[in-house]
Amino acid sequence: MSENTPHLETQNLNAFYGATQALENVSIVIPRNQITMIIGPSGCGKTTLLKCLNRFIELEENARVEGKVLLNGKNIYSPAVDVTEVRKKSGLLAQRPYPLPMSIFDNVAYGLRIHHLCSRHELHRAVQHYLEVAGLWEEIKDRLHAPASQLSIGQQQRLCLARGLAVEPEIILGDEPTSALDPISGQHIEKRLIELKERYTIVLVSHILRQARRLADYIIFMYMGKVIEAGPAQQVLTNPQHERTRAYLSGEF
Amino acid sequence: MRWKWHYLEEKIMQLLMLLSFGLIVLCLLLILYTIGSKGLPSLSWAMISQTPKGGFYLGKEGGILNAILGSLYLALGGTLIAFLFAFPLALLLNVYLSRSWWADMVRLSLDILWGIPSIVYGAFGFTVMIFLGWRASLLGGILTLALLEFPIMARAIDEVIRRVPPDLPRAAYALGSTHLETAFFVLTRQILPGLATAILLAFGRGIGDAASVLFTAGYTDRIPDSLFSPVASLPLAVFFQLGTPFPEVQQRAYSAALILTLLVLGISISSRWFSHYLDRFSIQ
Repeated sequence: MSENTPHLETQNLNAFYGATQALENVSIVIPRNQITMIIGPSGCGKTTLLKCLNRFIELEENARVEGKVLLNGKNIYSPAVDVTEVRKKSGLLAQRPYPLPMSIFDNVAYGLRIHHLCSRHELHRAVQHYLEVAGLWEEIKDRLHAPASQLSIGQQQRLCLARGLAVEPEIILGDEPTSALDPISGQHIEKRLIELKERYTIVLVSHILRQARRLADYIIFMYMGKVIEAGPAQQVLTNPQHERTRAYLSGEF
Repeated sequence: MRWKWHYLEEKIMQLLMLLSFGLIVLCLLLILYTIGSKGLPSLSWAMISQTPKGGFYLGKEGGILNAILGSLYLALGGTLIAFLFAFPLALLLNVYLSRSWWADMVRLSLDILWGIPSIVYGAFGFTVMIFLGWRASLLGGILTLALLEFPIMARAIDEVIRRVPPDLPRAAYALGSTHLETAFFVLTRQILPGLATAILLAFGRGIGDAASVLFTAGYTDRIPDSLFSPVASLPLAVFFQLGTPFPEVQQRAYSAALILTLLVLGISISSRWFSHYLDRFSIQ
């Protein structure tokens, strides 16, 4: 893949829930190996946009999507594309972590098993690797076979990160992944994400401006289903071009 | 005096709830007391280890092993077959048809089937068996019980699956799971405790039912040696023995009822223990 093809791109993306339009003509380019943050007031469509990027929008009732989402230049909504392939390529961190109803080990092994990504005797090694990358290994190495539900919520979110990385995605999507966590656990996750951007393209939804200032390389500001402004974080945060962005950044709404 | 009225309202409602709770417990205790006091005296090892000997129904020797084993065969077989259909149906309703018109229609049909009296299932099974030229047999009884248990089990499993937080299957979809993988590896794992309860509910209904096996399974003093021989059952053992004019035989009816109750109680307790054990892995 040439470095010039954008990793992820949307073209004239429209999304509807029944008769209400949630996204209006969204055309954005998400740069490779950077952290892109989608910000904006609640109800502006940022979560909907994220859901369009891994076709999760199709799980919503009455939802309809028009336009294209290009992953490595290929439209993920084209009928020839297998939806499970699309989702495998993008790891998802939800607002509230939901471990699978199994042991810690099996949570990470699940993706490896269903996609036949490694042989049985490599499994343990692989699970350990992804738990290390997610920064969870040291804390749980003695109770790998305990139920995942016994972990603290912060540990669960890191487990979800390890589980998502295990299916070897190219992109990590996060829907306010730290909002349900305590500050220390939130910092853990942020630290991991900064380490991970060397190898993955990361897209986060956030409504915390301070977090955007800490993490973002690229910012997309949305308002009422439209992209108002998008650009490198430095530029958008310090010198916004649009009146509304300026108002949002200064905390007017 | 607003606060006083609210306080009174609270007290009255609490009293009503306590009353209905007490009523239910009272009924249960009365039933247990009746079958216990009348059944225990004639409960003996011979009762549960022997089949009826000659003159058993006149108060002579023998036991009801035929009915105990018969009931277990019938209920286990019926529950197994009902499960083979109910479980996939419940998954289908939730994973593939969730909240569609079709799913609502299926649920409505199941609710109607649930409400049909078991004698109707018995008559239906009997009609089909006559049409096929079968005699009253273990297989006929099992299939009729499966019909009776199916809607109960399907709806119970359905309700259990509906209580799963929708974000849980989504977590699996996000990893690129197909619907099928999500249903069998994730949803099933999550609902195992509830699944055990649903199966037990249907089993309890099946083992205690007399009307549906009356025509379809028949009654015999022997232990069935094939799927096509008739088979006895505990509810019918109670029914027939209560209908005799001899007090000692009537007393045996109570001990048959006691055995049936203990059987269901034992299975309930062990399945509760089992589902508690399974609950460790479920996500709250």
